[in-house]
Amino acid sequence: MRTNGLFSTRARTIAAAGLAALAQLSLGAGCSRRDPPGTGKKVELLNVSYDPTRELYVDFNAAFARRWQETAGQKVSIKQSHGGSGKQARSVLDGLEADVVTLGLAYDIDVLASRGKLLPEGWQDRLPHNSSPYTSTVLFVVRKGNPKRIRDWDDLVRRGVSVVTANPKTSSGARWNYLAAWGYALRKPGGNEAKARQFVAALFRNVPVLDTGARGSTTTFAERRIGDVLIAWENEALLLMNEVGKDKFDVVIPSVSILAEPPVALVDRYADKHGTRAVAQAYLEYLYSAEGQEIVARHYYRPRTPEAATKVGRNFPSLGLFTVGEVFGGWATAQKKHFDDGGTFDQLYPARR
Amino acid sequence: MGLRMPIGRSRVLPGLGLSLGITWFYLGLIVLIPLGALFLQAASLRAADLWRAVSAPRALAAYRLSFGASIGAGLVNAVFGFLVAWVLARYRFPGRKIADALVDLPFALPTAVAGLALTALYAPDGWFGRFLEPLGVRVAFTPLGVGVALTFIGLPFVVRTVQPVLEGLDPHLEEAAAVLGASRLQTFAKVIFPAILPALLTGFALAVARGLGEYGSIVFISGNLPLRTEIGPLLIVTKLEQYDYAGATALALVMLVASFALLLSMNLLQRRSARRQRASLR
Repeated sequence: MRTNGLFSTRARTIAAAGLAALAQLSLGAGCSRRDPPGTGKKVELLNVSYDPTRELYVDFNAAFARRWQETAGQKVSIKQSHGGSGKQARSVLDGLEADVVTLGLAYDIDVLASRGKLLPEGWQDRLPHNSSPYTSTVLFVVRKGNPKRIRDWDDLVRRGVSVVTANPKTSSGARWNYLAAWGYALRKPGGNEAKARQFVAALFRNVPVLDTGARGSTTTFAERRIGDVLIAWENEALLLMNEVGKDKFDVVIPSVSILAEPPVALVDRYADKHGTRAVAQAYLEYLYSAEGQEIVARHYYRPRTPEAATKVGRNFPSLGLFTVGEVFGGWATAQKKHFDDGGTFDQLYPARR
Repeated sequence: MGLRMPIGRSRVLPGLGLSLGITWFYLGLIVLIPLGALFLQAASLRAADLWRAVSAPRALAAYRLSFGASIGAGLVNAVFGFLVAWVLARYRFPGRKIADALVDLPFALPTAVAGLALTALYAPDGWFGRFLEPLGVRVAFTPLGVGVALTFIGLPFVVRTVQPVLEGLDPHLEEAAAVLGASRLQTFAKVIFPAILPALLTGFALAVARGLGEYGSIVFISGNLPLRTEIGPLLIVTKLEQYDYAGATALALVMLVASFALLLSMNLLQRRSARRQRASLR
């Protein structure tokens, strides 16, 4: 299918060139992006990221800028862009010239490779750990004291329990939630496809509101006081607990959950065009360094090196974790089977009711 | 003879040719070309795919809600917006200036703010919601909530189109009616209402059209449940989220054509009632 966007590839290229020209203009003299490292001049990176990493990258960018100044003797300023993961990927696809992308799920970067040819298809093997320097998982947040006695996934399908999660069609975070529930039912003793389908259907019968984004469903649960349990990313749940109220909520750790791996990647086409490959690569690698991992842990993401978590005093609970690769055969397959039109999610809502 | 006259020579106002050119250029640039791109994009779909995308049960349910709630909210606004316009145009009371300014607020407020505020009010534990809930009335996260949000959004369209007409209405007409022995109700029904009907229809059509396109406030209050509280624009965003640009365009096209048909028919209706009004005055 050659229908990438509202406009032809050529129109998009022209628009992109226009944007680039504007960027060049606004950069002005003395800080061109093309300067190679070591010249002492300023270089600029654009990191297109998704919503919950806002605070994380504020800290990380400052740390990396210090580091790059010390090692390469060059000033680097990093521009950030945040939004829903899918929307951000579409912006890059339509010509937002990101040097690096740090998104919510691999599928959104796959699209940049397959449709946009902006980076090679095998991008996920270029950095350690599936190109995910940090991970997270999906947990439950309940009202203080856990009045509905929620312990594990099975409690979410009980009659009279009201569950809040976002719409997996519009929220990448909610897609992880959905797959976590599906994977739990599938891997439970005696579990199979049909039972997983039933389980997820029963769970979504308990969902009164489907917000378009994960932050929206957090608001619905925390501010509107709707629902008995919020299915949330661990980093969001811990943030909610620590910033909003330990006296209002409790976190419940299910027996098993999904290992959420938000991936990062260098966007070859744009990094080469801007001459920023070296610094962009160093930027991503720095996420895996001791300091990078500590910053990540401080912002409630699970670092790949457990020592970093201990060092900044974050205790991440241990639970059984499965990956999308293990249970669903990767994101492309999972997306097609569950979330595309006519997929298992759509089948949960039979026509005419 | 007016048609035969060479343009730009014997008109009172100069510069018709230039301003007409600018008008077409501007409309083309701002309205026609973007919409044309939409049609071109949809044309890349095979007819069968296009039909499947726009006639799916979820799409049908979304149109039903979008059009139903917009028209419902438009009707509510036609009644109460008229009342507000009447009071603002006819009476002088303390706080009138403030009330007048308040009417415009829904224009200026980012719609997401409106959505959040309304959801907070009408959620089961909100200020209104907690009194409505025991009565069995649920507003937030139901189609009714969509209607409430659209009523908020649409109010200024009715007030601002009706108010100037009311203000311009010659009071002598009413006096004459009264002198001729008309009751108050007759004066209203036979003199005032026909005069403002065209403006009321325009206001109603604008409010409905605005409601059809509304996204920001609705996604907070509707709950977005497939087949029940999904609006058309949300479905379009959903398609985009799957990188299904063509499918999104197909849905957009349906909304576009339907809105255009609606606006056009309202325009014709308004034209007719204006003509009848003029004829009866003669």
